Amino acid sequence: MKRLMIGNQAVACGLYDGGLSVMSSYPGTPSTEITEFLSKYDDIHTEWAPNEKVACEVAFGASLAGARSACGMKHVGLNVAADPLFTLSYTGVNGGMVICVADDPAMHSSQNEQDSRHYAIASKVPMLEPSDSMEAYTFAKSAFEISEKYDTPVILRMCTRIAHSQSIVETDENREAVLKDYEKNPSKYIMMPGNAVKRHPAVEERMTKLREFAEDCVYNTVEMNSDEIGIITSGCSYLYVKEVMGDSASILKIGMPNPLPEKLIRDFASKVKKLYVIEELDPIIENHVRSLGIEVTGKEMFSILGEFSQQTVAKAFGKAADPGVEANSAIPARPPMMCAGCPHRGMFYTLAKNKITVHGDIGCYTLGAVPPLNALDTTLCMGASISGLHGFNLARRAEAEKKSVAVIGDSTFMHSGMTGLVNVAYNATNSTVIILDNSITGMTGHQQNPTTGYNIKGDPAAKVDLEKLCHALGINRVRVVDPYDLKECETAVKEELAAEEPSVIISRRPCVLLKYVKHEAPLKVDENKCKSCKRCMGLGCPAISLKNSKAKIDNTLCVGCGVCKQLCAFGAIE
Amino acid sequence: MNTKGVMIVGVGGQGSLLASKLLGRLLVNEDYDVKVSEVHGMSQRGGSVVTYVRYGDKVYSPIITDGEADVIIAFEKLEAARYARFLKKDGLIVVNTQQIDPMPVIIGAAEYPENILNELKDKGVNIEAVDALTLAEQAGSAKCVNIVLMGCAAKRFGIPYDAWIKAIENTVAPKFVQMNKKAFDLGYNS
Repeated sequence: MKRLMIGNQAVACGLYDGGLSVMSSYPGTPSTEITEFLSKYDDIHTEWAPNEKVACEVAFGASLAGARSACGMKHVGLNVAADPLFTLSYTGVNGGMVICVADDPAMHSSQNEQDSRHYAIASKVPMLEPSDSMEAYTFAKSAFEISEKYDTPVILRMCTRIAHSQSIVETDENREAVLKDYEKNPSKYIMMPGNAVKRHPAVEERMTKLREFAEDCVYNTVEMNSDEIGIITSGCSYLYVKEVMGDSASILKIGMPNPLPEKLIRDFASKVKKLYVIEELDPIIENHVRSLGIEVTGKEMFSILGEFSQQTVAKAFGKAADPGVEANSAIPARPPMMCAGCPHRGMFYTLAKNKITVHGDIGCYTLGAVPPLNALDTTLCMGASISGLHGFNLARRAEAEKKSVAVIGDSTFMHSGMTGLVNVAYNATNSTVIILDNSITGMTGHQQNPTTGYNIKGDPAAKVDLEKLCHALGINRVRVVDPYDLKECETAVKEELAAEEPSVIISRRPCVLLKYVKHEAPLKVDENKCKSCKRCMGLGCPAISLKNSKAKIDNTLCVGCGVCKQLCAFGAIE
Repeated sequence: MNTKGVMIVGVGGQGSLLASKLLGRLLVNEDYDVKVSEVHGMSQRGGSVVTYVRYGDKVYSPIITDGEADVIIAFEKLEAARYARFLKKDGLIVVNTQQIDPMPVIIGAAEYPENILNELKDKGVNIEAVDALTLAEQAGSAKCVNIVLMGCAAKRFGIPYDAWIKAIENTVAPKFVQMNKKAFDLGYNS
């Protein structure tokens, strides 16, 4: 059947048709939809794990048991899953296992633009990289065969443009799911030194075989069109090269970036006068080509930074189209922001107002950093808010403890905030941690997590009690506030910062975009009462703007949360 | 046929996804090779969002760069101006006359260029401005802005009217088909 689908849906279909039985993932743009699409199938198990390390280990367990399994994550998620990955390379698999990872060049929705190919090289695991949805389907499907044939997990590398671009896919829908036998095999699966020492040579032998496979596999393809220009490329860069060069250059398309072929590259290079490597992010292919002693042009022309486009290639070869007309007026930026009625706003307003140092984390609430709130001091990675605050407080002690907090979402707290909180209690700083509990994993588009009481299919599931959990981790002072109540927020923040022991404030209200959340009637500004003091503008609510120097509330956006009403000293908002 | 490019630009949350879904379906029905590139994640939260649609005999790149768009469908004035340099010389911008202030304007750090469409017109840009919000409300819901705008742009594609209607029937939930057909017609005849 011919359908238009995003790359991530194609990966899901490929994994399913390839015989997948167990999928465990943690949401992360641009990888999330792989698992969301898979969750629609009822004859396989899909789940949101608390983090990527758990997801990867679940996939390993299922593989050990004989099933075909996979896990999904964004590029920085693979950092979290790196621990199992490196040793999984040693154990190998029983049922085929695929690790789906999505890179985000240009950081559309990420904190860095690391290149996942380094992980494939470092862990000595084969990696496949599709260029469109059709390839995403076939590569995902056949990754299981490579995995089982070579006794290794396989990494399937997506990137934002492939993951979130729709193109036509023809599926064959001949799924066959087999549960292989499980046999106890300590020397292969117990990675203690005596066994691991013997497994390392097996890893090296496997890489030698995979290098041979890379020489004439279907993933690496050659299009000989010219003896003048030869381009080695991969992933979405291939699309940009084809778009601009068409059949005027010879192309070696790399669909398996690890391990890279040698003979194939030497042969290709020998047939062209001038050789280029065009690849996004780091010079992985380029360095390999150079290591073979072949002269090549790469990163000196094609940046290590950000995303490419056909324009990148066109400019390099003098073929760029003229840009269209631009306006003379300055076009104000339109950065993303917290939604009208976002429950995070009230807490961030409180923190900004009191000039608190705020250790931020990863989620919608990272948007607390943008004007006018400017509420954050740092954001590093998942879970770093709490551990970072602890370190900050250790360095500056009471001076910091009295005016610094960590903010972390419910899902991020389950991901890797808990361990930081244990450390706060165990190694004793008077840290104040605010869990922004909006009852969903928000930024990635509303995924359930262990605190919501529902699983990936929306069925009731065990629900983590955050209050009890924090108590159990060693925190005595735990209190819950409603972030729509500014007074309550301020009292709680001041009292907990003053306390001579660690504390947790749970700022609890569900995301305003959740379907079950009822919106109140939109508020209105009484122009006669408004004194143009602009205090309400300090909230950074997209529903409030200034018209003829009076505040105005957009009734299509306002959900009646009432936070601005509490700020107005003149009772102008009703 | 050379590859054609269409951009759908607007503000996160305005519902450009249905517009690109409709267009994608239409072009697949018409047997074109099609690529649609969307935006997910952080930028969706009230930020400037853009969807690229490319179609032809064989499409490679899923995105559109400077001077490559045949049509830009803009859900908001400022967004039309932001992406104007993507338009081909003889291209067309179909723009909803709605104004949505971005945060820098709301907090007084920047000014909304009120006359921006005329400024572009004076520079020779082919612009069709339409009050899609009013037409959408006539059709039955402000949410139909997307389909009104598709109606306005439809003639530019050289694809028969009936094919558009079929694509609407394929894309929209059955109970909303009537309303969306009306919205499409209001745009088509505007």
